[in-house]
Amino acid sequence: MGVTSSPLPATGVVPILTRCARFLRGALLLISALTMLLPFIWMVWASVQTPTYTATLTTPFSDWHWQNYLTAWQAAPFGRYYLNSIIVALATTTGQLVTSILAAFAFTHLRFYGRRILFNALLVTMMVPGELLLIPNFKTLSALHWVDHYAALIIPWTASVFMMFTLHQAFAAQPRTTYYAARLDGASDWQYLWRLLVPMNRTVITAVGILQLISTWNAFMWPLIMTNTDRLRTLPLGLLTFSSDIGTNYPLLMASTVLVIAPLIIIYLFVQKNLILGISQVKWHEKSH
Amino acid sequence: MLNSRPTVRSTLKALLYIAPLLVISLAFTFWPLLEAFAMGFYRHYNFYLNQIGSLSLANFQFLWHDAAFQLALRNTLIFIIGVVPVSIGLALLLALSLHHARHFAKLLQTIYFLPLVTSSVAIAIVWRWLFSAEHGGLNGWLAIINRTPVDWLNDPRYSLLALIIVCIWHSLGLNIILLLASLQQIDRRYYLAAQLDGANSWQQFTNVTWPLLTPMILLVSINAVIVNLKVFDQVYALFNGSAGPANADLTLMYYLYQKFYVEDQPTIAAACGIVLFGITVGLTLGTLWVLRRHHYPQRGWSPS
Repeated sequence: MGVTSSPLPATGVVPILTRCARFLRGALLLISALTMLLPFIWMVWASVQTPTYTATLTTPFSDWHWQNYLTAWQAAPFGRYYLNSIIVALATTTGQLVTSILAAFAFTHLRFYGRRILFNALLVTMMVPGELLLIPNFKTLSALHWVDHYAALIIPWTASVFMMFTLHQAFAAQPRTTYYAARLDGASDWQYLWRLLVPMNRTVITAVGILQLISTWNAFMWPLIMTNTDRLRTLPLGLLTFSSDIGTNYPLLMASTVLVIAPLIIIYLFVQKNLILGISQVKWHEKSH
Repeated sequence: MLNSRPTVRSTLKALLYIAPLLVISLAFTFWPLLEAFAMGFYRHYNFYLNQIGSLSLANFQFLWHDAAFQLALRNTLIFIIGVVPVSIGLALLLALSLHHARHFAKLLQTIYFLPLVTSSVAIAIVWRWLFSAEHGGLNGWLAIINRTPVDWLNDPRYSLLALIIVCIWHSLGLNIILLLASLQQIDRRYYLAAQLDGANSWQQFTNVTWPLLTPMILLVSINAVIVNLKVFDQVYALFNGSAGPANADLTLMYYLYQKFYVEDQPTIAAACGIVLFGITVGLTLGTLWVLRRHHYPQRGWSPS
C-alpha cells in the first residue's frame, strides 16, 4: 500500500525505525477505534442493568435485564415515534429521489430555453443555510395549516438541490450512445429514464438515498419547531421528551437510546461500502434539517 | 433528442420534468430566502397577522448591543476553535494511518464511521451520562489518575469543553472519510517516482502527499467551520433544552432558536440568521478565492 511497500525491497530486516512507526500507527488506530466504540458499548452495557442501577462502571455485573427494553418501549409511545420516523423518512427520501431524478434527467438530456440560468439559480441555493429559512417557512406552513401535520415534516424536504446536483453529475457522465441507441430503438425519454438510466445509476442513487434517509431519521430542529403534539413526534424528539420525564434511570434511558439508533446502525452495516463510496464521491452539503 | 436546438415544445416538456423540484424549491427555498432577508429589517412586526410596522436596521443594532448575542458569538467562536483544528488534525492522522494499514482497515473504517449514522440527540444523551458528576464514566477515569472529579455539565467553566468533546467525537468520522478518499485518489506513480529518486517516507509525505492534500484539507476545514457554526442539536440535548449553566453553551443557532421559538421575537431571530448567512457566504467565497489563487485542482468538491 503506497509508501511502505517499496518496489525496491530493502534487503535484510525491516529497519527498526519503520517497525516503531508501524507499531505506533497500529496503537493509534486501535486506541481511537476503542474511543469511538466506548460510548456504544456503555450504552448497550448500561441498558441491561437492574433498573435501580446508579453506580459507575466498576459495579460488579449481576444479571442481564433484557426486559428493560420492553419496559422502555411501554413507558413512552415509542411505537408511535417509530411509525412517525418511518413514514417521514421514507416519504421524504422517495419524494426527493423522484423530483431529483426527473430534474437531473431534464438538465442533462433535454435541450430547452433557460437551461443554464435555471440550473445555476438552483445551485446557488445550496449555499443558503436551512436555518435561515426556518422562520419564514414556519410562517408559510402556519398559513397552510400544516403545522402538526405530516405534510410539514415531509413536503418542504421533498426537493433537494444537493441530490439533484449529485445525480446530474452521474447522469452527465453516462455515455451518450446509450441514449441515442435507445431513442433509435423507439424508446421515449420517459422509458429511457426509468428503464435504462435509473437502473444503470443505481449505486449512486442508493448512496444519496441512504444519506438522505440518515439525515431525515436524525433530524431534530425542524420537527422540534414544526410539531407540538406527541402524536407527530419522531424518534429523536420522543427520546428527548422521554429522557426529561425519566430523569436518571440510566438503564431505561440507555435501552431507549439503543432502540432509536439500532435501525440506522443495522442499515449502515449492510450498505456501508456503498455509503462510504457515496459520501466520498458526493459533496456533503445540503440544507441541514 | 440531444444536440438539437431548443424549441418551445422541448422547453415545455423539460419544464414538466423539472416542475416538481422547481415548485417546491420556489415555495420553500427561494421565497423564504427573500422573506427572511426582508424580515430582518422589519420593525413592530406582527408575525401572526403579518403586519409590518416599518423597515429599519433596528434589529441589527439590537444584536450589536445585546449581551446575549455577544456571548453567543464568543461561545461559537471558542467552540469552533476548540473543535475544528483538533478534529481535522486527528482525522488527518487517522486517515493517513488507515491508508497504510494492512490489517483490519475495513473493520476500523466501519467503527470510525459509526457516530456518523447516529442521531446527535442519542449521542448527547449517552454523553450526558458519561459526563454526569456522581456516576459518570469520565470522572471514574479522572479518579484513576487522582484528579478531582469535575461537574462537567453544571460547571460553566467546563460545560463548553464538554460540548466540544462531544462534537469532536461526532464529527471525526466524516472528516476521516473525506480525507481518506482524497488520499486514495493520489496517483501511485508519484510515490513510485519519489521512491526511485530515493525519497524516504517522510520526504514522500512532505513532497507528495502534503501538497496534493492541502486543498482537500482546506475544504474539509471550511466545511467543518460552517457546520459547527450552526451547532444546535447537541446543545439542546446535552443540557436538556437549555443553553448550559449560566448560558455557557449559548451558540448562535441556539440564540436564534430562543429568540424565535421561546421569546417570540422573529425579526431579531431573522437578523441573527442573516448574520449567520453572511459569515457562511464570506467563508465560502474566501476559500474559493484562496483555492483559485493557488491554482489547486478542485476535484469536483466544493464547500457548502
